[in-house]
Amino acid sequence: MGTKRKGVNRIITYILLISFCLFSACPFLVMVINTFKQDLDLYRPQNNPFIYNEPPTLDHLRLLFFETNYTTFMWNSFVVGMLVVIITLVIAVPAAYSLARLVGRWGEQAGIGMFLVYLVPPTLLFIPLFRMVVAFGLNDSFWALVLVYPTISIPFSTWLLMGFFKSIPRDLEEAAMVDGHSRFMAFVKVVMPLSLSGVIAVVVFTFTLTLHEFIYALAFVSSSAQRTLSVGVPIELIRGDVFFWQSLLAAAVLIAIPVGIVYNFFLDRLVEGFTAGAVKG
Amino acid sequence: MEDVVAYKVTERTNVRHITDREGLLGALFLLPAVVYIIALVGIPFLLAIAFSLSDVTVGDTSLDFVGLQNFSRVIKTPQFQRSLVNTFAFTLIAQVVIIVLANILAVVLAEDFRGKWIARMLIMLPWATPIALGTIGWFWFLDSKFSPIDWVLQAVGLLGPGTLLGPGRHMVYLGREWLAMASVITVQVWRLLPLAAVILMAAFTSIDRDLIDQAEVDGASFWRIHFQVKIPLILPILYISLLFSLITMFGDMVVVYVLTRGGPVYYTQVLATWAYFKGIEGGSLSEGAAIALFLFPLLLAVAILILRAARRMEIN
Repeated sequence: MGTKRKGVNRIITYILLISFCLFSACPFLVMVINTFKQDLDLYRPQNNPFIYNEPPTLDHLRLLFFETNYTTFMWNSFVVGMLVVIITLVIAVPAAYSLARLVGRWGEQAGIGMFLVYLVPPTLLFIPLFRMVVAFGLNDSFWALVLVYPTISIPFSTWLLMGFFKSIPRDLEEAAMVDGHSRFMAFVKVVMPLSLSGVIAVVVFTFTLTLHEFIYALAFVSSSAQRTLSVGVPIELIRGDVFFWQSLLAAAVLIAIPVGIVYNFFLDRLVEGFTAGAVKG
Repeated sequence: MEDVVAYKVTERTNVRHITDREGLLGALFLLPAVVYIIALVGIPFLLAIAFSLSDVTVGDTSLDFVGLQNFSRVIKTPQFQRSLVNTFAFTLIAQVVIIVLANILAVVLAEDFRGKWIARMLIMLPWATPIALGTIGWFWFLDSKFSPIDWVLQAVGLLGPGTLLGPGRHMVYLGREWLAMASVITVQVWRLLPLAAVILMAAFTSIDRDLIDQAEVDGASFWRIHFQVKIPLILPILYISLLFSLITMFGDMVVVYVLTRGGPVYYTQVLATWAYFKGIEGGSLSEGAAIALFLFPLLLAVAILILRAARRMEIN
């Protein structure tokens, strides 16, 4: 009885698992297949979309890599992401520690206030921000995005890290301070090493945010060589009504798979950081 | 020489003195974040409110105060009303679906099985793709002529002349009111589910194993344990996960912008896209700002409610 039931459970688990994987990954599967499809094959509705009815071709990858700015977009996305991560950490880590430990009673309220800043929608801010970006002389360059993205990542990261710092026992810092360290050194030497999960969560969230962000990237950067992936790829490969479908889909899947693998490595730490930080905040 | 040493010593004690005064250190630590937020969120936010109360357009950028005219004009349009209803309906339906699916997925992923790593990666993929590009993938998937879903439906005899889904050979997902709305919701679920699922998975695995063993010894069924032991224990995390995906979806314009541009007609328009179309593509900055301003108080109320609920749980 027991083993039979276990067997049934196992089958249900697998069925559910496969359904979920299909739902999540099916668009990517079709992207991979289509990357190598000839136009002749792709644009015939009666053709089986999951196999090659004509010999596969590398033409569309060649177009993507050599006739568009795809590699530049990748580099720009990477640089913007990294710079925003650094700015976010430099500003949010001390702010979060301050709210969690140093400023006393109103730290809690300020932390929630911080989170509420995260709610201000970009659709509302980007018209005034555009004027500021122009005033700083940053329009048409990805530096505009480096300047603006932390407005989304700092509030969220500060709130998350604040919760994380609160979950660390005060005694540890106090012991370090009794040993003659200053508060600042106690923070650097005792609190930071214990906060790795929180920091990883912030890094991954911030990077994801910069990778996904669309409105600012669309509005603030108009020269192609400065664009990031989320806007550059569609603009270069959708020309009027003409979609360069295979190259477009290739561009998406070539980002998804490496980023997905890297995220998977950090997943446990990421989730640990997120849950610890979110609940205490 | 001695002077230098003495100077160094006093400098050091001064530094220590500063870093030991908690209030001052606290203010120093907080200052950059506060300055950044006031400069790049606070001031633009006030400017946006000023825009919404003025007659500013792309062509005429001078601010003339017009009171609440923009709001009253915007509210009267059917596009706005539909956007408001859609924003709520889409978000609500998608969040319910996400919570249910994320629970199932979290339970499934908590099991031990072969190939877990690859399954987890496949499920995470939508989150790892820039949303604009992921949505373009769906745009192909739902294409009016070449949709692979249509091909499968035809192959199994559900679509085409003389079949269940009608004489047409294509579903034209994005061209029909209800199917287009369902498509938008599906894509949102697709991209928000991975994160919700892994967060819940982590929450479930953090539950004290003894509690569950105890419930099993007492003879509680799987479902009973799930709903009466596990869910109440992880409720704060569930709330936060809900809040997070709700905020992401509520303010998002990319999915609708890429998939339907609000169409057919304006049936899939949401506040975020309508603000964009009106304010930027239509050039009426003031009306765009007025529409976008509607988002904020709504989101604020929801967020405060959820944060409070999560806090109360945590204290109990």
